Amino acid sequence: MLHNKSFVKKTKSGKVMKQVREHYLRDDIYCGASICKKCDSSVARLGASTSPILVLDTNVVLTQIGLLENSAIDDVVMLSVVLDEVKNKNLSVYNRVRALCSNPLRRFFVFSNEHHKDTYIKDMSGESKNDRNDRAIRVAAQWYQNHLGGATRVLLITNDRENRRKAIEEGIGAETIESYVKSLGQTHLLDLLVQSANEDANMEDVEDLRPSKRKVLYSEHKPMSEITSGLHRGIYHQGKLRVNRYNPFEAYVGSESIGDEIIIYGRTNMNRAFDGDVVAVELLSRDQWHEEKSLTIADDEDDEEEDVHLVPGSADDAPRAASVLQGSSGDSSSSSPRPAGRVIGIIKRNWHSYCGSLDPMPMPAGSGGIAYALFVSKDRRIPKIRIQTRQLENLLDKRIIVAVDSWDRLSRYPSGHYVRSIGEIGDRDTESEVVLIENDINSRPFSSQVMTCLPPLPWSVSPVDIANPIRQDLRHLNVFSVDPPGCKDIDDALHCTALSNGNFEVGVHIADVTNFVHPGTALDDEAAQRGTSVYLVERRIDMLPKPLTEDICSLRADVERLAFSVIWEMTPEADIVSTSYTKSIIKSSAALSYVEAQARMDDSRLMDPITRDLRNMNALAKKMRLRRIERGALTLASAEVKFQIDTETHDPLDIGMYQIREANQMVEEFMLAANVSVAEKILKHFPLCSLLRRHPTPTKEMLEPLIRTAVAVGLDLDVSSSKALADSLDRALGDDPYFNKLIRILATRCMTQAVYFYSGDLSPPEYQHYGLAARLYTHFTSPIRRYADVIVHRLLAASLGIFKLPTLFLDRPKLTTIADNLNYRHRNAQMAGRASVELHTLIYFKKRPTDTEARIVKIRSNGFIVFVPKFGIEGPVYLTGKSEKQSGEWFVDEQEQKIKKLDGSITYNILQAVRIHMEVVEPQPNRPKLQLTLL
Amino acid sequence: MEFVTPEGLRQDGRRPRELREMRAEIGAVSKANGSAVFEMGNTKVLAAVYGPREVQNKSQQMSNQALVRCEYTMANFSTGDRMRKPKGDRRSTEISLVIRQTMEECILTHLMPRSQIDIFVQVLQADGGTRSACINAATLALADAGIPMRDIVTSCSAGYLNSNALLDLNYVEDSAGGPDVTVGFLPKLDKVTLLQMDAKLPIDVFEDVMELAIEGCKAIATYIRNVMLEHTKQLEYHRDG
Repeated sequence: MLHNKSFVKKTKSGKVMKQVREHYLRDDIYCGASICKKCDSSVARLGASTSPILVLDTNVVLTQIGLLENSAIDDVVMLSVVLDEVKNKNLSVYNRVRALCSNPLRRFFVFSNEHHKDTYIKDMSGESKNDRNDRAIRVAAQWYQNHLGGATRVLLITNDRENRRKAIEEGIGAETIESYVKSLGQTHLLDLLVQSANEDANMEDVEDLRPSKRKVLYSEHKPMSEITSGLHRGIYHQGKLRVNRYNPFEAYVGSESIGDEIIIYGRTNMNRAFDGDVVAVELLSRDQWHEEKSLTIADDEDDEEEDVHLVPGSADDAPRAASVLQGSSGDSSSSSPRPAGRVIGIIKRNWHSYCGSLDPMPMPAGSGGIAYALFVSKDRRIPKIRIQTRQLENLLDKRIIVAVDSWDRLSRYPSGHYVRSIGEIGDRDTESEVVLIENDINSRPFSSQVMTCLPPLPWSVSPVDIANPIRQDLRHLNVFSVDPPGCKDIDDALHCTALSNGNFEVGVHIADVTNFVHPGTALDDEAAQRGTSVYLVERRIDMLPKPLTEDICSLRADVERLAFSVIWEMTPEADIVSTSYTKSIIKSSAALSYVEAQARMDDSRLMDPITRDLRNMNALAKKMRLRRIERGALTLASAEVKFQIDTETHDPLDIGMYQIREANQMVEEFMLAANVSVAEKILKHFPLCSLLRRHPTPTKEMLEPLIRTAVAVGLDLDVSSSKALADSLDRALGDDPYFNKLIRILATRCMTQAVYFYSGDLSPPEYQHYGLAARLYTHFTSPIRRYADVIVHRLLAASLGIFKLPTLFLDRPKLTTIADNLNYRHRNAQMAGRASVELHTLIYFKKRPTDTEARIVKIRSNGFIVFVPKFGIEGPVYLTGKSEKQSGEWFVDEQEQKIKKLDGSITYNILQAVRIHMEVVEPQPNRPKLQLTLL
Repeated sequence: MEFVTPEGLRQDGRRPRELREMRAEIGAVSKANGSAVFEMGNTKVLAAVYGPREVQNKSQQMSNQALVRCEYTMANFSTGDRMRKPKGDRRSTEISLVIRQTMEECILTHLMPRSQIDIFVQVLQADGGTRSACINAATLALADAGIPMRDIVTSCSAGYLNSNALLDLNYVEDSAGGPDVTVGFLPKLDKVTLLQMDAKLPIDVFEDVMELAIEGCKAIATYIRNVMLEHTKQLEYHRDG
């Protein structure tokens, strides 16, 4: 079965070297058509239907991947030569094609033409790589035609004119993708077609449709060769472009070559780069750095303004530190300006599809024809996108997904095509769906492969589990859980027994998820991919299938469950005498809510065992907490809000701050302790591959806004260490009861988020968790809803010698990508949660215009940003109307952080309380937004 | 890097459990007592055996068994860059030792006391798996020299890339940095005489990979046996003719 032919190929890698690779040609590669009688049809994917078999050219795959993902296109042969070309040109498209090929619901077949004895072709002298590949595609198409005889039609789909001409000459049926799609007779498919236009290239060929409007808006991108040499010589700088979330006309490029961020002002300087693109930047001359800055304030070409949004939870969510104020105060003595630059070329595009809606526009006369429309992404960092559609009337009030195709120098906006629609704008389900899509959250039901990994239901602890020597039987212990009300995925439970020597035995029992989720299974892969459960206001998107989440793993009351336990012996002073770790079987005696637990502790008449244990634990927890705070742990405040949701309509009924009780703090304390204990244990055994969580120390610049605010209100904050900061936060007591919390909230948003990492990637001093003032920290206590905990469970089990460490842990680069994915998913889950709260806030206030108290947290040139403690939201209040742009009568005092009316009659200080009116307005139809006005 | 496509083909078109094409020729160097050329794909090795003969350095002479010496060299033109290869560097010293020990194990040295057997192996073209090819070539050359052996010893490598056990790695796969298990095997006696690996591999995976390498050794043994039979037939034919 081995046909052997070795061939010679030359590659250049610095110097010319002759390389010889073997290339085996085979006769056991099958065509994959189920109607074929010659081939082994067990692997056949192509259907027996009458529709033709499509052989795609590379250019079609590269440009029309969105169309291919539509289920109307099927019976496709992917040639390996095409796949290779796609892989070299665009890895993300390649991954999407691969996903299609492995999807059992789609009829995509990969034909390894390069290794088939009849379809392999030798290079001809003087033939370019492209021509050779085109020829290979034609040969393969012809082979299919001959191989299948007349049984079915074989169509070569190519948009390359030359290739199609040659194919037809050779007697192969060939069509362009446009004509093929037209022949299918489904108009909605036509919208999915990408209009082929190459940016920069063949600019002259573009027909001058509207000569008056066709002027060059952007400078040309430099060719790749020039960029590479420029990067070498240090005149260009490479980096990822990050568009400011709060001002889409401002972007940052983090450049390693100059060790600072380069600011890019305005769309012209961004030169068609999108958020996330890897770009090459040229620095502007130094004298332009400032000038540009002051320009941006006036340069509000679209009426972009800030929306009301949730209070940022950390510095990552907050607007960038570079405030507009610095520009307006404009004295050059203030810190040296950041370098500004302009994009001269794009090294790697980060184009994908975006969620949003069409700009409202009147229906063009003679509906039904092709109409051009402007698409506005929900993500404000993305510019408007021009699309072509045949179903404008359907799409106008829909949320739709649009993919970007190209952006040429002559058009202000990039052009793209419609992918699919999600639903009506403003509809809660649609908007929730948008939140999920925007944050790249997979909310599809679990596949059947994943479901087959689950143990059969109803599940209960089996005698095998009880007899298992690695499992300690802890069913006699008085274990209970404390969770938010209505919690179904209970992953932690506690117990506390007084010992005869006066000490306490305290146990934290965590659901033993790894007993059911085994490495290498589809279930594990899916969970690793999802990374975390996502909590939206009205629904939860699970990381693990429901039977595991709510039943088998959930440590519910009065049922026997498998657990992974950390058990300490503690003195009454809460010093840990000894720690042990074991897999166990427990039987929870009560699943309490925080409120219930608190009520039991407070009710002095109750003396039952659970209440007694609760009180003991609470006493221990208080001591642990105190010690932790003494060590320098920060007590930061967040403005979490809680909705009361109507069970029928799922509309929010009430909104209020989330109340934190002693019981919450008690549970939190023990979970922290368990995490720290586990982190120490796994790091001891696996110093190179332990998954830990670190919280970097905030830099001076990050704390800058906090200090500035503090100084303005006459507060002296010491930020030299977390301990110093914690102490000075404790001292920050104004005459106003809310003052301390407000300062803490401001401090919280200066911090970055904690991140997962593998111990081998960093040195031990960097492991530190700043916020908790812990040397080591990890996540162990929520394996049902976080994949990081699943990994840590496996590490802990391996360190106890119960199970072998999965082979994956030997693969360092793989581990790093897993940690990166966990961080990405974690962050997205948080963003989605926030977006969901924002959405419900909007729905809530739609019917209820409210007057309330707010605090000024930031001064702007034409108003200020207020924080509404009661609802946990933040938004702009304008002192000057939009039309009277020049805020002549208002004067901003940078030093004192206040804004004054010029005649001195009114002054607003930072942190001052103001009364505001909150109301939902609709400046444009279907675009509701929350507006805050001063009373 | 993708070393095995989802269709189950390696970069050179083989399936994971397939050997490269082999070719062997006995008697390539007429001066030597026995010689052979052995090819595994693009790896080409020449082996020449001298002896049993008088021990050159009397101090090394052993009264109860023969002295086996082995020298491994790589031709300057064996790799793409045509660099001058220093003699006796670490790598070739190590491979010389490995080959000597493997061959010593199957030669009946006690039958030839106070004598010396020299094995020279030279890599003419390298494309991964030179160590295995050298052992296979040496086996053929020893057989050609008529040196008494317990069994023929064959060798094959196997690796583990992209969660796939791969047989007979070529240069590209070898330099991917994954584990590479080289096994020397006595097929008749069903014994492993050489086992080398230079990476970490979990024990259960390792067993699969080693099993695969042994399968490869057995296939090579069958091939080598046929080559020797064919060669013997030729000799017989020439003598009769």
